Amino acid sequence: MRVVIAEDLFLLRDGLTRMLEAHGLQVTSAVENGPDLLAALAADKPDVAIVDVRLPPTFTDEGLRAVLQARREVPGLPVLVLSQYVEQLYARELLAGGSGGIGYLLKDRVLNSTQFVDAVRRVADGGTAMDPEVIARLLAHNSGNSAVAALSPREREVLALMAEGRSNAAIAQQLVITERAVAKHTASIFLRLDLQPSDDDNRRVLAVLAHLNR
Amino acid sequence: MSDIPQEPQHPLFPALCRLGSGIVGVARWSVFGALAMVGGGSMFAAPALLVEATTPHGWGDGASGDSDHLWLALLVSLVPCLVLSARWAAGRTTWAVGPAPLLPPALLLAAVLKYGGVLPGGNHGVVWLVVPMAACTVLSTRWLAAVTRRLSAEWCGVPITVPYRPLPGSDTLPGSGSGSGSGRATGRAPGGQYLRLLWQRTGWLLFDPATWRDLLWIAANVSAPWILCLALVKILPPIDPALTWPLLLLSVLWSAPRLLPAYGLIARSLLGPTRQAELALRVNHLNRTRTDTIDTSAAELRRIERDLHDGAQARLVALGMALDAADQLIDTSPAVARAILAEAKGTSVKALAELRDLVRGIHPPVLADRGLADAVHALALDLPQRLHFDGELTGRPPAPVESAAYFAVSELLANVTKHAEAGQVWIDIAHIDGQDGGTLRIGVTDDGRGGADAARGTGLSGIERRLAAFDGVIAVSSPPGGPTIVNMEIPCVLSSPKTSSS
Repeated sequence: MRVVIAEDLFLLRDGLTRMLEAHGLQVTSAVENGPDLLAALAADKPDVAIVDVRLPPTFTDEGLRAVLQARREVPGLPVLVLSQYVEQLYARELLAGGSGGIGYLLKDRVLNSTQFVDAVRRVADGGTAMDPEVIARLLAHNSGNSAVAALSPREREVLALMAEGRSNAAIAQQLVITERAVAKHTASIFLRLDLQPSDDDNRRVLAVLAHLNR
Repeated sequence: MSDIPQEPQHPLFPALCRLGSGIVGVARWSVFGALAMVGGGSMFAAPALLVEATTPHGWGDGASGDSDHLWLALLVSLVPCLVLSARWAAGRTTWAVGPAPLLPPALLLAAVLKYGGVLPGGNHGVVWLVVPMAACTVLSTRWLAAVTRRLSAEWCGVPITVPYRPLPGSDTLPGSGSGSGSGRATGRAPGGQYLRLLWQRTGWLLFDPATWRDLLWIAANVSAPWILCLALVKILPPIDPALTWPLLLLSVLWSAPRLLPAYGLIARSLLGPTRQAELALRVNHLNRTRTDTIDTSAAELRRIERDLHDGAQARLVALGMALDAADQLIDTSPAVARAILAEAKGTSVKALAELRDLVRGIHPPVLADRGLADAVHALALDLPQRLHFDGELTGRPPAPVESAAYFAVSELLANVTKHAEAGQVWIDIAHIDGQDGGTLRIGVTDDGRGGADAARGTGLSGIERRLAAFDGVIAVSSPPGGPTIVNMEIPCVLSSPKTSSS
C-alpha cells in the first residue's frame, strides 16, 4: 500500500514514516507543505494520503484546504487528516462530498500504532475513520434529537463506534459481544433513525453521519 | 419569507396610519411640553418669590394670611423633599429627584393662592426659602435632562450622550449603561462620611458646566415656544376665522411627527456634551477600559501559568520518571516495565488533552485558521441545542476584536447551556458598512426561559467590559419566560480576506 505523508514537524513526519513502514506500508513521499502535497498526490498517485491540517506557508488550515481541493479534482481520493484538535465544522466539510475514503483523527491516536494503521488501511479501502472525540461531540450535539435520545445505552455505544467507521466485526470485538448482537443493534438503530439499512459498511457509516450532521 | 401572502390593504389604511402617527406625534409633543412647563416652573419659582419678597407691595392684600398653617405646609412639603434630595446627593437613591422639580412651583402657588402672598416673617423673611428652592431646582434639572435625553432617543431618534463628569470616588460613568448609572447606592456610609459625600456630590453637581447647560436648556425650552408662537402669529397672513381651526388641526397633525427629530437635535445641542466634555468623557472611558484590559490579561496570564504548571508540566515530569523507571526495569522484569510504559502513554495522552484545552482557551485554532464566522459556527456545533447559524464576513476583523467577539459568544453560549434550558439557538454574524469602517454585529438568541440579568451574573458584565475596550456594546433582552435576545456591536474595519497561496 502506497502512502503520501504531509506533516511539517520533522520528528512527527519521520516517526510516522517509520511506523507505517514497520507495518508494511510504503511511504512514497513525505512532504512538509500544501503545494508540495498537491504535487506529490499528482505524481505518486498514492492509495492514501496522511495530511496534517496545519501546514506551511500559512500555518492555518492549509492542509485541509489542499485535501478538499485534491478531492474536488479526484473525488473519493482516500485521505486521512490529522490534527492537534478536532472540529465538527471540519469533519462536516470533509464529509460534505458524500463519498468515502475519509479519515479525521487527533494526532494523539498515532500513539496506538495498531489502531492507527488499521484506520489508515480502512481509509485506503474507501472506508471512514472519524475520531471518537468528533463522534462524542456530534452525539452531544444530537442530545436534543428525539430519535437519538430514544436509543438504549448499548445502541448508542454501537452507534458511536459505527459512526467512527468501524466494521461490525471491530465493534463486536470492542464491546465484547457477538457479531450477531451487533447486527441486531444496528438494525434497530437504523429503524429508529429512519435510515435505509445497507450491507455496505461504508454507505452505512455515511448515512449515519449524514443523519447526525443534519 | 417572500412566500407569505400579502394581506390585501384597505384603501383607507395608509390614511389611518398617517392620522395615527400624527396623534402619537402630538402626544409626544405634549409630554415634552409638560416637561418644559415643570422645568420652567421649577426654575422661575425661586426668582419670582425673591422678586415678590423684595418689592414693597405683595401680590395680595394679606387679609387671608395665616402664618401658622403656612409654616406647617412648608415643613410638610419642603423637609421630605430636601431630605430625599440630600440622600440622592449622598449617593443613596435616584428616584427622590423625581418630585424635586415640582416643589418650588408648588410652594409658590401655595404662597400666592392660599395666603395672598403674605409669608412668615413678612415679605423679607421669605428670602430664606429661596435657597432650598434653588437647591431643588438644580437637583431637578438633572432629572429633567435625563428624562429628555431618554425620550429624545426613543421618540426623536436622536440619542444624546450623558455629558456629566464622573462621580467623585467612583470609577463608573454617570448614566453609562443600564443600572450602573449615577447615584447608584454605594453602600451605607457612616455619619461623617455621609456629610463628606454630600459635600463632594454638591460640588460635583454645581461645578460641572453640564449642569449649567442643563439649566440653560430648561430656560430656553420654556421660553422659546412662546416666542415662536408670537412670531408665527405676526408673520402668517390673516386667514378666514372659519378655516383657522381645521387648518391648525391639520397642520399640527401633519407637522407633529415630522418636527420631533428637529426638537431632538436642538436638545442635543444643549444636553449633549460639548467637544471638550466629550473628550474628557472619552479620556475617562479609555482610562477605565485600559485598566480593565490590563487587569484581565494579567489574570489570564496567571491562569495560563497555573494551568501549565499544574497540568502539562507536572505530567511531563511524571512521564520522564516513568520512562526512567521502565529503563531500569526492562532487563530484570520486562512485564513491569511494559506496564509502566503503558501508563506513561496514558499520561502523555492526558497531557496532550490538557494542552489542547489550554490552547483552545487562549486562541482557538479555528479562529486562527478561518476567522470569526467559522470559529463561532464550530463553537455552536458543539451545543446540544438545535442551531440556526447565519453568518458570513467578507474579510477579517482585527485579531483582538475577533478574539474578544469569539470569547463573548463563547460566554453567551455557555450561559445558554447552563441556565436557559433552550431548545433552539439562533446566531447571526454580519458586518454592516457605515461611517468609520462599519460595525460588526452579532446576535445570539435562544428560546429558553429568559430572565438573564447583567446586574446579577458576572458573565454578562464581563462581556460588557471585554467589549468596552473596543467601544463595543451589548444589549440584552431577556423577559422571564424568554426568549433571550443578545445583540453585540463592535465598530471595526474588515481587512481583505487572506488569499490562499496553494
